[in-house]
Amino acid sequence: MQAEIFAAMRQSILDGTADQAGDLARKALEQGIAPLDAIDQGFVPGMNQVGEMYAQHKMFLPDMLASAEAMKAAMIVLEPELKRQGGERPTAGTVVLGTAKGDIHEIGKTLVGTLLTAHGFQVHDLGVDVTGERFAAKAREVGADIVGVSALLTTTMGGQRSVIEVLSREGLRPKVKVIVGGAPVTRRWAEEIGADGYGKDALSAVTLVKSLVQK
Amino acid sequence: MRPKLELLDRSLVDRILGEAFELLNSPGIKVGTPAVLEMLAAAGSRINDGVAHIPESLVRRALESVPREFFLYDRGGKPAVHYGGDDVHFDPGSSCLNILDPETQQPRPALSADLVRMVQVTEMLPQYAAQSTAMVCNDVPAGMGDWYRLLLILWYSDKPMVTGAFGVGTLRTMLELLAADSGGYEALRAKPRAVFDVCPSPPLNWSGFASQNMVELARAGVPAEIISMPLAGATAPVTLAGSIVQHAAESLGGIVIHQLAKPGAPVVWGGAPAIFDMSSGNTPMGAMETAMLDAGCAQVGKSLGLPTHAYLVASDARRIDAQAGLESASSAVLGALVGINMISGAGMLDFLACHSIEKLVIDAEAIAGAQRLLAGVEPRTEKLAVAMFAQTGFSGEFLKLKETRALFRKEQHFPSAVIDRSGDPNAPDLFTRTRQLVSDLLARYQRPPIPQEIEKALLAIARREATAAGLDHLPGLVLQGSEVPVS
Ligand code: B12
Repeated sequence: MQAEIFAAMRQSILDGTADQAGDLARKALEQGIAPLDAIDQGFVPGMNQVGEMYAQHKMFLPDMLASAEAMKAAMIVLEPELKRQGGERPTAGTVVLGTAKGDIHEIGKTLVGTLLTAHGFQVHDLGVDVTGERFAAKAREVGADIVGVSALLTTTMGGQRSVIEVLSREGLRPKVKVIVGGAPVTRRWAEEIGADGYGKDALSAVTLVKSLVQK
Repeated sequence: MRPKLELLDRSLVDRILGEAFELLNSPGIKVGTPAVLEMLAAAGSRINDGVAHIPESLVRRALESVPREFFLYDRGGKPAVHYGGDDVHFDPGSSCLNILDPETQQPRPALSADLVRMVQVTEMLPQYAAQSTAMVCNDVPAGMGDWYRLLLILWYSDKPMVTGAFGVGTLRTMLELLAADSGGYEALRAKPRAVFDVCPSPPLNWSGFASQNMVELARAGVPAEIISMPLAGATAPVTLAGSIVQHAAESLGGIVIHQLAKPGAPVVWGGAPAIFDMSSGNTPMGAMETAMLDAGCAQVGKSLGLPTHAYLVASDARRIDAQAGLESASSAVLGALVGINMISGAGMLDFLACHSIEKLVIDAEAIAGAQRLLAGVEPRTEKLAVAMFAQTGFSGEFLKLKETRALFRKEQHFPSAVIDRSGDPNAPDLFTRTRQLVSDLLARYQRPPIPQEIEKALLAIARREATAAGLDHLPGLVLQGSEVPVS
């Protein structure tokens, strides 16, 4: 019986049907299935498959966004119950994300955020034109593992360095890893400013964050 | 007959404009400059939380005061680019981060010397009616990146130019440089040499910088080129028609701001729309759908009688290969057939991130082909063929006819070495031929004579700004064989 509902959960993520995913989550709770089992054996395998199919060009960005929404709909149902039972979903890690000061390019940054969310990270997206101080304040507030800074202009790449400086000044640097990306950003630039990583696209950002969190 | 392409029928154009007017009213457009919001309010827009709800009547009034045509002038004061009607001009793409290194065929950060070479090659190629501030020079501090590109063009070229500012402070420096070049702000207004690209942010947002930029340009009387760039499916509706509506709304919003600041100031209905690649998340400039967006947007502008611009002839290939050739050539032809006044993008690779001087020279051949196409099929002789046959009979000896000798130069374009028609099995490959061509062009280039007082005025501004930025030399700026010192 459980196998059947887990399969349906996986399928609701693949189909990107948020209503379906929410209903299945509620049904699971009614049937007394442990929320963690619903997540780990039902919904997350769906998301993993979505990631694979995207990499193989069998699913596309709008499909993946719909899957991420379905995932969210399921979590809204399951998370309170999980908390009530005294458990917590082991999040893969907490990421604070934004575009550097003076820069309003947001598409790439938002994609990175979406994929990280879909892979189980808690993402706090600060939007565009974000100062080092705001990055630091948010990182402190949410206890971030990772701060990700996007920059698309040569004139705003310097903002990535400032974020690192502010984090150091505020004593957060030992705990918080900084990753950078955006069209003009290179691995060399990341090294020069003392960032912990560089991602050339959203998928490599996920791999990067996973490896940094494990360290 | 000149061939012409239209993608939209009249009723679709009307629907597009109708919906654009609806969007301007609701949800309206975001405007990031309080003073501009006040100006819009005073003219009859409802303002709410940084959003202007612009009524159609206000847009119509702004459209009435926009000039239907204007010229950009060369250094000698001759009209060189006609914005208006179906005239077509091309210029290289702008603001690249990287240059394709001809040695390694890999991108690397662009330097002043690269931009100088590109300006010199552009100066030599008649296919390019205008220069472009094509690259950001990585050997000058980022804060002076925009005006420094302009200085290098003024130093090495007589042609008009397409440019753009990265900030309001530096916009003023750029206007100061142009005024120095023209002999004062009034002379610049009377005969502008440059047009400035200004980008609203999709969707429906005239940011603080962009809206202020429009106001300053209108007041200076220097043409502004509105570069709305809906990305279909990401920051704009996924349908081409829907994105063309958004482009129209953003452009009309810009025109209202611009004409309120100074009625009658010259402005261009430009754009750099693109589809959004649903697999990579990139914004392909070489896609046919992107070219269709450009064509559709330009047609809407033309229906309003406005001067037009588009971003075409750019490729997404990472190096010079068949993809670069086919994407660039097909969009050059398409843009020309639509009759777009200024088509920017030649030379560009990699989603607008990389320039190549070699590709610019190759694209010049695609452009020459497009220009030949526009010239159309002309009768040229009283009898089209019969009179020639009267001379040759069945002999087939047309090569000997005086008509052949008199007319072949008009009928045929003679391509550069980019196109290999030698039939020689040992002919060098495209890249080798093109590199040779680039070095030939550079060897033949001569810096145009610039009146000494202008040179002095340009240098004074450059030195002042460079000192402020902490730079001790002016890279790429050579006078009598040596680089110009700052002090
Ligand atoms: C779309 C766009 C815009 C839109 C942005 C819309 C929006 N809401 O975001 C608008 C029109 C607003 C815009 C404005 C401007 N732009 Co613009 N823009 C672009 C364009 C065409 C595409 C950017 C994009 O969205 N790409 C698609 C996404 C998916 O890719 P991405 O951003 O690179 O992100 C991926 C990776 O980089 C990585 N990544 C990104 N961030 C991060 C962060 C982390 C932590 C990690 C790990 C990875 C990562 O993963 C992402 C997903 O795969 C680029 C050209 C280009 N090739 O980049 C020019 C470009 C960046 N713009 C440019 C310019 C000049 C401008 C303007 C200054 C123009 C002007 N004169 O007004 C203004 C600046 C406004 C400002 N203050 O920011 C130049 C920059 C040149 C330079 N030297 O810096 C470029 C290169 C184009 C060009 N050649 O002219 N632009």
